[in-house]
Amino acid sequence: MIFAGLLFTIGAIGVIVRRDLVFMLISVELMLSAAGLAIAVGGSKWSQPDGQVFLIMIFVAAATGVAVGISLLLAVYQDRKNVDADELSLMREREPIE
Amino acid sequence: MNGVFYISAAIGLVSALLAITGTNPMHALVNLVVVFLAISSVLWTIGAPFAAALQILIYAGAIAVLFVFAVMMLNLGEETIRREREWLSGSVWILPIAIAIVLAVQFVAAFTRQAGMANLVGPKAVGISMFATYVIAVELASLLLVAGLIGAFHFAEVLRRKETEDD
Amino acid sequence: MSVVLWIVVIAPFVGALVLLVVGAYVPKKTAGAIGCASVGISWLAAMIAAFDFLQKMPPDGFKTTLYAWMNVGGLNPSIALHFDALSLVMMLVITFVGFAIHLYASQSMYDEDGYSRFFGYMNLFVGSMLTLVLADNLLLLYLGWEGVGLCSYLLIGFWYKDAANGKAAQKAFIVTRVGDTALAIALFWLFALFGTLDIQTILASAPTRLVAGGAAATWIACLVIGGAVGKSAQVPLQTWLPDAMAGPTPVSALIHAATMVTAGVYLIARLDTLFTLAPAAMFAVAIIGTVTLFYSGFSALVQRDIKRVLAYSTISQIGYMFLALGVGAWTAAIFHFFTHAFFKALLFLSAGVVIDAQHHEHDIFKMGGLKRALPVAYWTFLTGAASLSALPLVTAGFYSKDAIIWAAYSSPLGTPWFWGAALVSTFITAAYSFRVLYLVFHGEQKTEVSKHPGVLMNLALVVLAFFSITAGFIGMPESLFRFDPFGNFLQTAFDTIPAAQTHASHAAEVGLLTASSALGILGVFTAFSYSRRGRYAWIVDRSQFAKAVHCFFFSGWGFDWLYDLLFVRPYKALAYWNRADFIDNFFTGLAGLAKLGNSVFSAMQTGRIRNYAASMVLGAAILTTIVILRIKL
Repeated sequence: MIFAGLLFTIGAIGVIVRRDLVFMLISVELMLSAAGLAIAVGGSKWSQPDGQVFLIMIFVAAATGVAVGISLLLAVYQDRKNVDADELSLMREREPIE
Repeated sequence: MNGVFYISAAIGLVSALLAITGTNPMHALVNLVVVFLAISSVLWTIGAPFAAALQILIYAGAIAVLFVFAVMMLNLGEETIRREREWLSGSVWILPIAIAIVLAVQFVAAFTRQAGMANLVGPKAVGISMFATYVIAVELASLLLVAGLIGAFHFAEVLRRKETEDD
Repeated sequence: MSVVLWIVVIAPFVGALVLLVVGAYVPKKTAGAIGCASVGISWLAAMIAAFDFLQKMPPDGFKTTLYAWMNVGGLNPSIALHFDALSLVMMLVITFVGFAIHLYASQSMYDEDGYSRFFGYMNLFVGSMLTLVLADNLLLLYLGWEGVGLCSYLLIGFWYKDAANGKAAQKAFIVTRVGDTALAIALFWLFALFGTLDIQTILASAPTRLVAGGAAATWIACLVIGGAVGKSAQVPLQTWLPDAMAGPTPVSALIHAATMVTAGVYLIARLDTLFTLAPAAMFAVAIIGTVTLFYSGFSALVQRDIKRVLAYSTISQIGYMFLALGVGAWTAAIFHFFTHAFFKALLFLSAGVVIDAQHHEHDIFKMGGLKRALPVAYWTFLTGAASLSALPLVTAGFYSKDAIIWAAYSSPLGTPWFWGAALVSTFITAAYSFRVLYLVFHGEQKTEVSKHPGVLMNLALVVLAFFSITAGFIGMPESLFRFDPFGNFLQTAFDTIPAAQTHASHAAEVGLLTASSALGILGVFTAFSYSRRGRYAWIVDRSQFAKAVHCFFFSGWGFDWLYDLLFVRPYKALAYWNRADFIDNFFTGLAGLAKLGNSVFSAMQTGRIRNYAASMVLGAAILTTIVILRIKL
């Protein structure tokens, strides 16, 4: 469990720190995988198959997420020719109020 | 068994750290695959062989491969490596490391009390559970997959149209 | 009689309401008609009520209640009127002189903007003044008190487009406010002591509740004096009245000569029992009156503005009334008020005719020789000035002023300082009033007459002049004719107090009468001779000392300068020091806090995924910390 937790933490840090979309996606996968591990461990503790069932569900979710994520990534790359996450902001400059 | 667990856990942690701090995307991906393998072996040691097998199949086999293809398509070259090195300089790490320490400590603190592992749950039991109790979940999962498929297809369509426009 | 009495009070209020609400939309003649009619109705009702009262003569006065005003914590005033001899006299004067002045104003103010507003305010004033004098309890009296103060402010600043008028109005209001505060504290104290503000109840139970000459009675009386001094423009709160002449002339006539400034006199007369229980306070009243009448006479002697002369004259005459109150001559004070209302209003109105005729010029040195051009104004001004100077036997002022001098001499509370100052002031009064007469009406005409007075104006002047002569005949002194129905009638209102014991002879009275008459006539001649040959100006030019004295008197003995130094400048400095007001800062600080929150929160909206993800992780970390710590605990 500690292992799962630590992996999750590392993945979270990766998401925050990296500016490149590819790396962010990688970190997200890491997080998901760690979460799945945690669930499986929980299930096995009480000798129930439920944990593994949910792990499979998580696989499904992760796979879907990756598919869509990669598509988005490629679309962004096509459009802007770079994969900088910070550029993906449509907000205007902050105007100070009177 | 415990020894296997600790070794694979250590490998997994090291690989994860390398994955997120690397500058070359391909290296990061390879590290990610290593992490997946480590997770799989941990799953084996806690008595979930079916899960372990599935982890390799789906994660390392499908998802990681997809990543590799995508990165290859993006054609990120030398300049990416340079840019990444720029972006990953000092002050970016401060707050995340602080949060990481907090979380790590919490996880350790929360889970050190619970020990004990290792009851084998075979694939048969998993199968029965899945298709009897959680059949609805299975259906929903398939729905989700279809949705993801359509979404990815849609984006590919957009991309293809863009490519034809550019010509 | 109660219905008639209520009409007296309510008619002007109705007129004011109508005029202030719809007055701008009706033609000027209608507005003027409404304004005069409401006061006219009030006067007629007053006459009817007066006749009724004189026939019945109820011993304790007559009380009529409209409804209970409020019932809060034991305070239970009602809207009620108390009608006795004192309020009868006041009421008749207010309505009659008010009506005459309204008639005058309907013609003299005709060309002004805000005609209906003027009459609205004037009616409001008359209504408030009537409330003041007819009120049965001190709270209603205070309502009338504040009402007349408000109307005074509104009417002084009537020509509001000139900022100087606004400042004069503010000065009037603020200085009288000081007095009003003292009066309010006195009311609080009275309520705390007596549990009620009903005047008759207080006066009846005062001898039992308050120790004669004790601290409570003296302090309360002094606070009441504070209020009276403010409203009646006595020393030390007299600085507002000369500046209040910035208002239109009918305003000066009605408010600042005949009625409002006498509210203080009425107040002290009404609370007579209270004052007799505090001899120290009565002595203070007499001293204030004496000082004021002496001081303002000198100031009036050197003024250039015709209305300022009359303003200082008013201050001086009210000083006489205060002196009379202070020595216990209640009826003499009210008698002098009675005659003063007539001749002072007359003087103001004829001065108004002169001012209008001289293109709104106020400076008497720029006028001259109007005797032939404005005959009505001349003869009526002469009548008023004669009455003011108390010229012997033919003028009303003679009888009332000498009653005061006699009372100051003969009363056990009088001192030689009092009647001595009063006598000297007779000389000065004659001097300044005839100086004005000479400079304005005699000699060569310097400016052409631009506007002749209308019919109503002349009518008002003549009527008031008539009364300036004849009003005194109902209060003749003992040694001459012993015909004093006025005094006897008025005494019924003061019958809880033994009349002042006179310990002097008739011979002394005749002697005083002769002395004051002689001084008056001497004053007239002095004025003529000094003004004619320019002797006064010659003296002032020659001597530095004379010039300094002249300037001193001209500035009203430096009171304005003193108050500016003591109060106005420190207050302004304090306001300037506090210009980043710390109380204001609290509220602007709240706004600043909100702005700070805005900038913080908007800085968090970066639109970048990483920042949002970071905040999510941070949030998760914090939540798990909380959960973990709870578990550990």
